[in-house]
Amino acid sequence: MKIIVCIKQVPDPEHAKMDEKSGTVVREGVELMVNPFDLYAVEEGLRLKEKMGGEVVVISMGPPQAEKALREVIGMGVDKGILLTSRDFAGADTWATSYTLAKACEKVGEYDLIICGKQAIDGDTAQVGPGIAAQLGIPQMTFVRKIDEISEDKIKAERLVEDGYEVISSPLPLLLTVVKEINEPRLPTLRGRLNAKKAIITKWGPEDINAEKDKIGMNGSPTMVDEIYTPDLSKNGKIFTSDQLGEAAEEIIKKQKEMGLI
Amino acid sequence: MGIGVIKNKCTGCGICFKICQYGAIEMIEESHTLENGKEVGRLAVIDLGKCTLCNECIKPCPTNAIELKAETHKFEGKENYKDVMVFAEQRRDELEGAAFELVGKGRELADKLEVNLYALLLGKNPKDKPEKLIASGVDKVIVVSDDSLFNFLPEPYTNILIDIIKKYKPSIFLAPSTTQGRALLSRTAATIYTGLTADCTGLDVDSDGNLLQTRPAFGGSIKARILTPNMRPQMATVRPKVFKPLGEDPDRKGEVIEEKVAADLLKSTTTFEKWIKDTTSAISIDDADIIISGGRGLGCSDNFKILFELAEILGGAVGASRPTVDEGWIPYSHQVGQTGKTVGPKLYMAVGISGAIQHLEGMRSSDFIVAINKDPEAPIFKVADVGIIGDLFEVIPVLKEKLKRAVNV
Repeated sequence: MKIIVCIKQVPDPEHAKMDEKSGTVVREGVELMVNPFDLYAVEEGLRLKEKMGGEVVVISMGPPQAEKALREVIGMGVDKGILLTSRDFAGADTWATSYTLAKACEKVGEYDLIICGKQAIDGDTAQVGPGIAAQLGIPQMTFVRKIDEISEDKIKAERLVEDGYEVISSPLPLLLTVVKEINEPRLPTLRGRLNAKKAIITKWGPEDINAEKDKIGMNGSPTMVDEIYTPDLSKNGKIFTSDQLGEAAEEIIKKQKEMGLI
Repeated sequence: MGIGVIKNKCTGCGICFKICQYGAIEMIEESHTLENGKEVGRLAVIDLGKCTLCNECIKPCPTNAIELKAETHKFEGKENYKDVMVFAEQRRDELEGAAFELVGKGRELADKLEVNLYALLLGKNPKDKPEKLIASGVDKVIVVSDDSLFNFLPEPYTNILIDIIKKYKPSIFLAPSTTQGRALLSRTAATIYTGLTADCTGLDVDSDGNLLQTRPAFGGSIKARILTPNMRPQMATVRPKVFKPLGEDPDRKGEVIEEKVAADLLKSTTTFEKWIKDTTSAISIDDADIIISGGRGLGCSDNFKILFELAEILGGAVGASRPTVDEGWIPYSHQVGQTGKTVGPKLYMAVGISGAIQHLEGMRSSDFIVAINKDPEAPIFKVADVGIIGDLFEVIPVLKEKLKRAVNV
């Protein structure tokens, strides 16, 4: 079974904290990490490989420094890391990202399963997974919390929805996006770390994946960022102590009435 | 396409250096002359090997010294795309509240643009739902009915949506940012090659008919305004509970259009087997107006009971912080925060939650936040409208009685 996992390197939110004066989030230094949801995707890929045999190939699109993210998951046991890197890929929105990753999946070829995290924690869009499936013309199953059954050519899995979960079955190939509930990602082993250090990361540019130049990066992106701003969300709310519970309750009840909750 | 620093505008202030999350900006010692003739000794330099063209540094630059250029796509027949269309989302043939919120917002946009507001209703049996949508503000309801559309499946829903877009050419298409809305619009936008903006919390139009889409990113720590300048339709998913429905006016007139779609559009590779209801709580945090969330301060799994009791009295749902889910005290479907769900209810009560940034970023867009914590220094108090410093086991019972009385009046 050939499994492709797509990962993204994102800024680490642990290195962000709220600025007391402005109420905005400030970042201290630059720390990048593997998007947490993608680690569940990598782990699920590794578990399926252990069960079914085959290989796990991880693809990431990003600047050269995203190589570190690939080495990290190679440390977990991934067989191969591919970095899609070129100035021409930069500034991609979810459409151009889906296109680029789909082109890379085609180049890898003969995949049975593509796994992505449900979303990346920087953009929170959850759009790239289904976008890849659409570009490749394969079915999708988003927000998967458990794989019930899998064989060489079909799968049955549970997807988390707002009011419970749905059981869906499908032939392969298929694209899955996974939620945190699906597993507990393993830590890299010592041996894995050594492998990661030695591993050769394949680097592909637009020509390597036969990507059309006007469909990648900022030029290929239908959306553009018009403005970015940092909202001030500090509230200067009313603070009560435990002997002022009556007043606190009144404050809450007043607001509940205002908002039509009572 | 490219990004660069305009040397004679850069004063070397270093704001961009602090903002860049990818470490792509360096401040170098280099004396140069500004437009106004002033000499400065520092200059910002962008490392193109690290820059992701994320755009975050452009606006904050006080002297507009950073330039970002992109070539834009041409889209044939853009002017033929005029109307506003919303997806009247259903779950198992029941209209969602979010559908009426979109109708409310869609009405406002359609009025500004002086165009029609359409709603697209896919399901098994439309019953009186088209009339309800019209009463709520829709001009024309497009109905596609088939037994196979009772449950959401991405392929047939996408095929139908693409068919409808080709025929009706809406300029704007909106759906709720639910599991269904996100799956459907992502697949559709990717297939027809148009822009899609996720989870918008603000929508407006400019005089050129551009949809101004405001959305939180990095869990709400920044907000971005996104445009789809050239492609049509301009697609967006919209966060539930942000916009208000208009209320029903039974005298409103509208049109119901029944569309037949070709049988092969209804084909699906995936098969819907069954739906299992979440029985841990009556209301899910995605749908709730009120969320009572518990953190490590609860001490153990059993103590979530206290919150479920309070939630029942108030008609709310129970949320949880990441550590409690990691400890296995409560299922993952309750987790609020960056690796769980992003929520924005009217009332959010954080009980025994200190307020790690990952949690704050998942709930800080709530309208009214109440925090209860022993530690007066807990960051959660910064985002709270009402903070109560005290032991939750003493505070909650008293609060519960008082709120219960208010609810029962």
